[in-house]
Amino acid sequence: MAPQVSSSNVVGLSRVSKTYRVGSTDVKALDDITLAIPSNRFSIVIGASGSGKTTLLNLIGCIDTPTGGTLEVCGEDVTRLGDDTLADFRARNIGFIFQNFSLVPVLTAYENVEYPLMLLGMPATPRRQRALAVLEAVGLADHAHRFPNELSGGQKQRVAIARALVKRPTLVLADEPTANLDSTTGAAIIALMRRIQGELKTTFIFASHDAQLISHADEIFVIRDGSLLEHRVEGAQ
Amino acid sequence: MSLLLKIVLRNILRNRRRSVMTGSAVAAGSLALLLFGGFTGYIFAGLETGNVQRNGHLTVFHSGYFLFGEGNPAAYGISGYRGVMKMIHDDPVLRPMIQVLTPTQSVVGIAGNFTGTVDASKTFLGIGVVPSDRERMLEWDPYGTRGVSRPDRRMADREENVGLLGFGMARVLGLCGPLRLKDCPPAPDTRPAQDSSASGVNTDVLDLANRGPADPTGAAAGVPQIQLLAATAEGAPNVVNLAVAGVEQQGVRELDDNYVIMDLPLAQQLVYGRGEHKATGIVLQLTRTRDMPAARARLATLIGQHHLPLEIRDFSELNPFYGQVVRLFSAIFLFIALVMGMIVLFAVVNTMTMNVMERTNEIGTTRALGVRRQGIRRQFLMEGMLIGAIGAAIGSILAIAIAMAVNHAGLTWMPPGNANPVPLRVDVLGKPALIVGAWVGLALVATVAALLPANRAARLSVVDALRHV
Repeated sequence: MAPQVSSSNVVGLSRVSKTYRVGSTDVKALDDITLAIPSNRFSIVIGASGSGKTTLLNLIGCIDTPTGGTLEVCGEDVTRLGDDTLADFRARNIGFIFQNFSLVPVLTAYENVEYPLMLLGMPATPRRQRALAVLEAVGLADHAHRFPNELSGGQKQRVAIARALVKRPTLVLADEPTANLDSTTGAAIIALMRRIQGELKTTFIFASHDAQLISHADEIFVIRDGSLLEHRVEGAQ
Repeated sequence: MSLLLKIVLRNILRNRRRSVMTGSAVAAGSLALLLFGGFTGYIFAGLETGNVQRNGHLTVFHSGYFLFGEGNPAAYGISGYRGVMKMIHDDPVLRPMIQVLTPTQSVVGIAGNFTGTVDASKTFLGIGVVPSDRERMLEWDPYGTRGVSRPDRRMADREENVGLLGFGMARVLGLCGPLRLKDCPPAPDTRPAQDSSASGVNTDVLDLANRGPADPTGAAAGVPQIQLLAATAEGAPNVVNLAVAGVEQQGVRELDDNYVIMDLPLAQQLVYGRGEHKATGIVLQLTRTRDMPAARARLATLIGQHHLPLEIRDFSELNPFYGQVVRLFSAIFLFIALVMGMIVLFAVVNTMTMNVMERTNEIGTTRALGVRRQGIRRQFLMEGMLIGAIGAAIGSILAIAIAMAVNHAGLTWMPPGNANPVPLRVDVLGKPALIVGAWVGLALVATVAALLPANRAARLSVVDALRHV
């Protein structure tokens, strides 16, 4: 039975499909998916490569648009928003953590974390205080003025987590956040995200194969061939 | 410093070699534009100075003189020219603008040298001037071109029979030896062997010349003399003696071979004889060239108010060569500017396209964080503009340094139409509008060049950009 979209859900998809055109062929990445993701949870989307996990996350993150169906994120029907409005929406509501960290290479760790706050137009003093506090929370206060190429993979991902969380978003999306990390660092990163999610009551949605990450999930969505195969609710947080 | 500017500057430094190469192309463009612009500016200043020294800024002629008067200067003389000069001199609007106000008289005729070993004659184009005014006109040099013409004091107001010849005229008349001219071969003795005295006709000319006022300077001082023969306004032949004080080489051979400069009363005596002495032109040399339109307009008003049959011409109308040179160098400058603009355009397009390609993933990330398309476009446009602005600034500094070095090297060159070499100078510092124009222009070209890659970056799909490796 497909989950119902309700006000306690941060994301709701109703018969969403996404088709890509590759040459002269249409490739259906998502096929008529309906699901709801509750807020303040540690949710994970799992599935084989090419199953549509990343496409689903891209749609939820409002960096891609569905070819059919309706998509509500943070209570807003994002399929109706224009490009600039979507950009502003992302700036306010959504934090991203990428597999390859995707830090801006010419900005220091502190400046990378500060960047989302500048996009929101936050004044300098609270901006600085909050950016430093988040860097402190991820254990990188001492590395604030280092550039990404001066940081290890784990440190880069911590900066990426700080950047995603600094604006206190409703939703954090993480696509394979531990894929480029060794298992020890990956475990530390998962523990960090879990701790911060608990503290901030932020909704985390992951796409991952990582068994460690799956073991921490509150909600698991299994995708196969672009369709929702299963939705499991794990034990209490 | 804003985050955008910080990102832009650091990205420029990040691709240091590429930025340096592109900035160098812009700097080279700026350097070429400024040096050539400075050089042409100096050429224009030199040409203007030469023209204004010789012809003044404005000349008042009898109506019709400019089109028809060269063939018959006597018929186009300004009657009562002293009154017209007084009217101009006393005008409160014109007076502060005028440095020299002087009459001139054109005269055409035949010049002959029948007194020495040479028996030569040829047609001449003469100009009668007030020597002291001419000396003052030669001092006009607001651009510091130094040496277009220099006052020489070889003619004086009270020495009415003393004048100067073109170098070619002196050579043809066999005056190279008497005037001790360098690089001037003496004329062969062409007199018939059996009769070394002047021919019958020449004796008549000498007799006529000697009936005029006694020459207080020429023959007595041992200065070579020539005879000038012209027809008076009434058509009667008139001959005067001219003591040749030296030569004044003209840049154009046709003029150099025919040129005679003499005291105004002597020219008037030749043209008008015992009749009313008129003037061909009233020359106004202004203190500043930029006053020329205002002075011309005021002159036209005065002439209109007094219903005088006069017309006004400026130095560029009297000497079309000036306008031709200005147009030629302006066209070359424009061509160079276009070539440099194209080089800068392609260099910046290439660099920015590579920057966009290299930073595609970064563009996707920042778009995902909430940066609008316009923000991406602005970032790359600013990057192009800064590369252009920094390159152009470096080019400007180099151009100023090179110009100063050239100006202090003491080099000389012979501009077209000049008889003597002049200092080679590149006037860059004196042309702030050129510096600012080149700087703004190149920065603008670089910004426009960045527009295409910037638009491409802004239009990238976020998902595709994030997928880019």
